[in-house]
Amino acid sequence: MISFLSHLISGINLGSVYAIIALGYSMVYGIAKMLNFAHGDVIMVGAYISFCASQYWGLPPVVGVVASVAVCTLLGITIEGLAYKPLRQAGSLAVLITAIGMSYFLQNAAQLIFGPNPVQFTSVVNFGSISLLGGQLKIRSETIVTIISGVIIMVALTWFTGKTRIGRAMRAVSEDKGAAQLMGINVNRTISTTFAIGSALAAIAGVLLCSNYNTLMPTTGSMPGIKAFTAAVFGGIGSIPGAMLGGILLGLIETFGKAYISSQLGDAIVFAVLIIVLLFKPTGLLGKQVREKV
Amino acid sequence: MKKKILRSYLITFGMVIVAFIFCQYFQGHGMSRTLKGQLIPICAYIVMALSLNLVVGVSGELSLGHAGFMSVGAFTGVIISGWLLNGFGVESTVMRLLLGILGGGLTAGIAGFLIGIPVLRLRGDYLAIVTLAFGEIIRNIINCIWISVDGKSLHFAVTNNVPGTVLVNGPQGAVKVARIATFPAGFVLVLFTLVVILNLVNSHPGRAIMAARDNRIAAESVGISVLKYKTMAFVTSAVLAGMAGALYGLSISTFDPSKFDFNTSINILVFVVLGGIGNMSGSIIAAAVLTILPEKLRAFSDYRMLAYAIVLILVMIATNSAQVRGLIAKFAPKKKSAVKGDDGNA
Amino acid sequence: MPKKVQSINDSPLVNMPSSSYIPQRDLYKTPALETHHLGVDFGGLRAVDDFNLTIGATEIAGLIGPNGAGKTTVFNLLTKVYEPTTGTILIKGIDTHNKNTVQLNKLGVARTFQNIPLFDNLTVEENVKLGMHNSTGYDMMTGILRLPKYWKQEKAAHDRALELLSIFDLQDKADWKAGSLPYGAQRRLEIVRALATDPCLLLLDEPAAGMNPSETSELMENIVKIRDTFQIAILLIEHDMNLVMGICEGICVLNFGKIIAKGTPDEIQATPAVIEAYLGRKKED
Repeated sequence: MISFLSHLISGINLGSVYAIIALGYSMVYGIAKMLNFAHGDVIMVGAYISFCASQYWGLPPVVGVVASVAVCTLLGITIEGLAYKPLRQAGSLAVLITAIGMSYFLQNAAQLIFGPNPVQFTSVVNFGSISLLGGQLKIRSETIVTIISGVIIMVALTWFTGKTRIGRAMRAVSEDKGAAQLMGINVNRTISTTFAIGSALAAIAGVLLCSNYNTLMPTTGSMPGIKAFTAAVFGGIGSIPGAMLGGILLGLIETFGKAYISSQLGDAIVFAVLIIVLLFKPTGLLGKQVREKV
Repeated sequence: MKKKILRSYLITFGMVIVAFIFCQYFQGHGMSRTLKGQLIPICAYIVMALSLNLVVGVSGELSLGHAGFMSVGAFTGVIISGWLLNGFGVESTVMRLLLGILGGGLTAGIAGFLIGIPVLRLRGDYLAIVTLAFGEIIRNIINCIWISVDGKSLHFAVTNNVPGTVLVNGPQGAVKVARIATFPAGFVLVLFTLVVILNLVNSHPGRAIMAARDNRIAAESVGISVLKYKTMAFVTSAVLAGMAGALYGLSISTFDPSKFDFNTSINILVFVVLGGIGNMSGSIIAAAVLTILPEKLRAFSDYRMLAYAIVLILVMIATNSAQVRGLIAKFAPKKKSAVKGDDGNA
Repeated sequence: MPKKVQSINDSPLVNMPSSSYIPQRDLYKTPALETHHLGVDFGGLRAVDDFNLTIGATEIAGLIGPNGAGKTTVFNLLTKVYEPTTGTILIKGIDTHNKNTVQLNKLGVARTFQNIPLFDNLTVEENVKLGMHNSTGYDMMTGILRLPKYWKQEKAAHDRALELLSIFDLQDKADWKAGSLPYGAQRRLEIVRALATDPCLLLLDEPAAGMNPSETSELMENIVKIRDTFQIAILLIEHDMNLVMGICEGICVLNFGKIIAKGTPDEIQATPAVIEAYLGRKKED
């Protein structure tokens, strides 16, 4: 029972990280209709910035997190402007390959700067842990912070897209770029903003991910990136609660699968569940069914 | 029209045959050892690129897990070859290679059918993510399988406790493979793949596949079952990828499942996109050049991949950006029509 | 008064028990299409309701109505692009329950669309050959191995494609990419492609849209010629009243998803409900 609870908590913890990444992925997909494979590597960049801030520059953790968010926001805008913006009218495959090129670029640049070997990442949250059930169940402070961040981010994003001007512009652009433009919405700026927000979330996710697992290397972001994208599809891509739900379910499935079925087959179980869900709900758990126009 | 098809056949096959004769000659006359070692993998990657082009270019679906089929084929090929040698004492390498490649194609085809039937109902990016998931599942599963041959029988296990000669050793993958694949065999496989794909594209089923790609509803309105033809393209492609995998597996002594991961799938997709979607000769050239080039640039290993990434992005922007295209059209107005005539059948 | 196109098939309409009209010559043949109480809901909205129509085996019928009346939705129901919520569709007397678009085409329903979805990257001839999908019977292996059956059927398909293209004067453009044809030719090619499926019921969705008067009158003659040559039924949606009144034998008027009138062109033109649907009610003072 205790082990079940601790798996449950670590599953929600991992799931929250996936959810934060998936939120960024999902927003970018919703608005630019592209699979941004470089998103996972922005996570890695964010983690390295935070790592540098504490390791080399001796800054307090909070400043490190802020710096990493700032750098990733800029990075997101830059990537979008340099690589994706010229391809607005191009086919989806060309954009996909460009995104993959961008992912290679970030990974290899990081490898040149920091070397291919993992570095020790010091957690940015350190106020011990909570003991429950008479010390049988320990919850680390990283876990608490991760879960709370996930919830705050989801609530904030829901409010932002629903109630603010820019948020409404984002939804309009994701529905119909042409019509949005005719209504006087600056489509390019809206897409830029979306990348900025997505990348800022990626930075937070990167710091949280590495705080939980304490290692960091140039390829740290790629697998969580793919999993988070899977989570976004799982929950229904383009939907904010969907990304959150998909992320947490994915984290739970992975943790429980590794614990109770097979530790080596954890990823296979995650992906198998994804395939099964898509067979029965082709647009994901909370995705909208679109009727084809004839 | 007939003439145009014939010409494209001649150019494509001519190019492959000339390249083969050229390589055969230089193998005895000063070809470097590394390049010699690359010849069979190049053939395998050419077949991979062609088979993926059948899915991406002809059938219009994005697959991000093609290396999964290669993996299935490679391990099947190694198992069949090892089984024939150790269990039945088949010494003939040609026989083992042939049966290994056929078996690799068969198992990958079955995998393609099993994944294709449900998955091809999904559209666009959902299909992409499911094929990606499939590739990862295959890799993960092979990672925890042990296979050995003892007497005439094969043994499968999920622990390293298997009797007899071990063929597949869990996370270490295939071990002590007899390297029976040859360059001429690779060449024959490339020719075979070309015949299959070009003949398919220039026949009624091939046209039905393209019709389903161009317009699903129109295709159904003239009686073409979209699912059937998409599955046909997908399974054919999986069979060819499995054959390429078997060829590849039987050309190197040891390889592990992570050889065929997401990055391999992506690399093959890059061959297809850079070679030109739907353009078979382009796939061949891109696969060959992009397999040789990284090896040649090993001296600059640190910057090699970085440069590759930058070149990839620049090429994509240069060939797809509306502004850049406009710029090119301004200076070389003839170029555009030449490009348009290219997207034919070969 | 719209010009009538003469046909060897001209015959008067007779009243059917289902309150539909069919030409007298088709009286003892199985109707190409019968629908009974056909209806469809889109999320609570009744888009088509209680749609009853019978079309004779060689009839040219028109489906007209104001924009948004549900005409194309009827076509989508008849081809099972949408699954009907209620009612039955009989094609040549065969119930189409549980059949999909592809199976309906095999039964003999062919159609064209408003947005002309040709296979743009394929040639004109290939588009027509794809229409012959049901009669081109060789499988993938035959195609890859280039067995004799391949050559025989390809030759037959080629000849038939050119023959069909010549009806609409497109045989010279057989090698063109379908997407590079001018607009009017694309419309005609789409009709040829639908014809190539060897239908018993041809559904044409606004075949004259975007055509000038002389192209339209040529189209009218071609539609009658198709019916006369192939002896099939044709149901067309059209806003060009000259075309509808000129070639249709029976006309069905749809408004807000319901049939408001059925009859011959003369009857329809005299029906107050139709005039009202098109022009609105005259204000009483």
